[in-house]
Amino acid sequence: MSSIFDYTLASAREALRTRKISAVELVDAHIEAIERLDDGLNSFITRTPEQARLAAKEADALLAKGEGGSLCGLPIGIKDLFATEGVRTTAASKILGNFVPPYESTVTANLKRDGAISLGKLNLDEFAMGSTNLTSAFGGVENPWKRRDSDAKLVPGGSSGGSAAAVAAGLVLGATGTDTGGSIRQPAAFCGIAGIKPTYGRCSRFGTIAFASSLDQAGPMARNLQDCAILLESMAGFDPKDSTSVNRPVPHYEAALGRGVKGLKVGIPKEYRIDGLPAEIEAIWQQGINWLKEAGAEVVDISLPHTKYGLPAYYIAALAEASSNLARYDGVRFGERVKGESLDALYEATRAAGFGDEVKRRILLGTYVLSSGYYDAYYLRAQKVRTLLQRDFLKAYETVDVILAPTAPSGAFAWDEKPTDPVQVYLNDVFTVPASMAGVPALSVPAGLDSRGVPLGLQLIGRFFDEETLLAAGSVLEKAASFTHRPTIHAGVSA
Amino acid sequence: MSLDAKTVAKMARLARVGLSDEQVHTYQKEMQGIIGWVDQLNEVDVTDVPPMIGTGLAQPRLRDDQVTDGNCREKVLSNAPDREGPFYTVPKVVE
Repeated sequence: MSSIFDYTLASAREALRTRKISAVELVDAHIEAIERLDDGLNSFITRTPEQARLAAKEADALLAKGEGGSLCGLPIGIKDLFATEGVRTTAASKILGNFVPPYESTVTANLKRDGAISLGKLNLDEFAMGSTNLTSAFGGVENPWKRRDSDAKLVPGGSSGGSAAAVAAGLVLGATGTDTGGSIRQPAAFCGIAGIKPTYGRCSRFGTIAFASSLDQAGPMARNLQDCAILLESMAGFDPKDSTSVNRPVPHYEAALGRGVKGLKVGIPKEYRIDGLPAEIEAIWQQGINWLKEAGAEVVDISLPHTKYGLPAYYIAALAEASSNLARYDGVRFGERVKGESLDALYEATRAAGFGDEVKRRILLGTYVLSSGYYDAYYLRAQKVRTLLQRDFLKAYETVDVILAPTAPSGAFAWDEKPTDPVQVYLNDVFTVPASMAGVPALSVPAGLDSRGVPLGLQLIGRFFDEETLLAAGSVLEKAASFTHRPTIHAGVSA
Repeated sequence: MSLDAKTVAKMARLARVGLSDEQVHTYQKEMQGIIGWVDQLNEVDVTDVPPMIGTGLAQPRLRDDQVTDGNCREKVLSNAPDREGPFYTVPKVVE
């Protein structure tokens, strides 16, 4: 072990327990790395070094007595969509620029209960709406990876782009993300890390700022699946404060990692072979198929016939719910206010100044698809298509245990290569949206680098509440890929 | 379906998002493109298909009718952009 930045969450946990390192040392090193690298990367919106140092001292006191929870003393980052009591929570929006929640989200409360130490709040697309992390009111995030032949800034993906970048650059050992249509999996793939979107209902949504309530789901992001499993076990669980939370026991996820895939049936959906899929994505997918076969899995061709309609149906459902959820930001009870002569003028001025372009576009479209005369044509029809998408998966799981697909149709692209047409940007989510619509769990693991040296991810999609099979199969992919590459910008590399 | 500038302006009014004429024009073009793209959903046969409402995984549940939270007026008011004592302020709404 040459550097403190070689630790994974799991190995740091071991080093803390055996007192090879103290929580104060570990936390200090990461705070120093954030100060050194994050003015450039911009992965944090709010840093909380003082609170972290205080918590590290307390963690050391517990660890010295052989006490402390499963995450005691481990430095992590929190996507700035989770309400944190007494710590500014912005959703990367101007309208919440000075919002300090008087309460804590259930997911972050669980992590705190188990001793995790937050180093701050991580950047994202405004209200989690985007796939590039360029829509943040606090500036875009830079992907710590670079192409071999160029210094161009790459996007980290989104919306959990700050989480992915901070984990990849070694600024934190793990982070929380949220996934509405791919917001954990796509940035994980773009930044060469692992990420899990659990089954809808696995992690409580209480205190997570809502984008599209029937799709939003919190999950872990970390450098490998073992670390994700450790975090998920802490984050997950029934919460009476969330009516969509499902009451079932949380398994010991780490135990599933070594199960292997012998006899497992892996489905390859033919509809994911879309026109124009880059040869490199096709190749890494085939590589994944071979890896699982070599490990003893049976690979089966399957059909998810409504895949094509996943994306347009997703946008209708997500935008409708967003327009409704974001109605609360009106400048009266919290958030920024722009004065107006009348109440309506106050609302209009507040929302005009507080929301960015992408958020406004989605609110307007959401309002349109819900408006009188269009509700049946758009929203109701989309919800029916959603039923068909879910049936596709349920039918597939009659014959297969897990589904393998690429995570995204490309690797990370440069800031200035972002398409100007919104529909083209939305196409980034083509492989991740169907699982979100169906509510089934999915994960992404780094599988290799493309010809320009940028990471590519593979996605596994599983049965309801069967995150364990996902971890077992993902772990096989992870071992076979033996992805040890590091990004250009990393805490362990001195400038 | 066509989405004209008048409709965009109406949506902005319904959603209480102030837009300039120029913005209405820009959004109209973008929204027209997106709506044109989602129109492909009309190809799908949805006869007798129920709409998906929730994922059907969470069980509706009852709880005891007891007060378990509240009595935290200062916390609730702590983020008020403008207040007078225990009240939020707004522009006059009654003439």
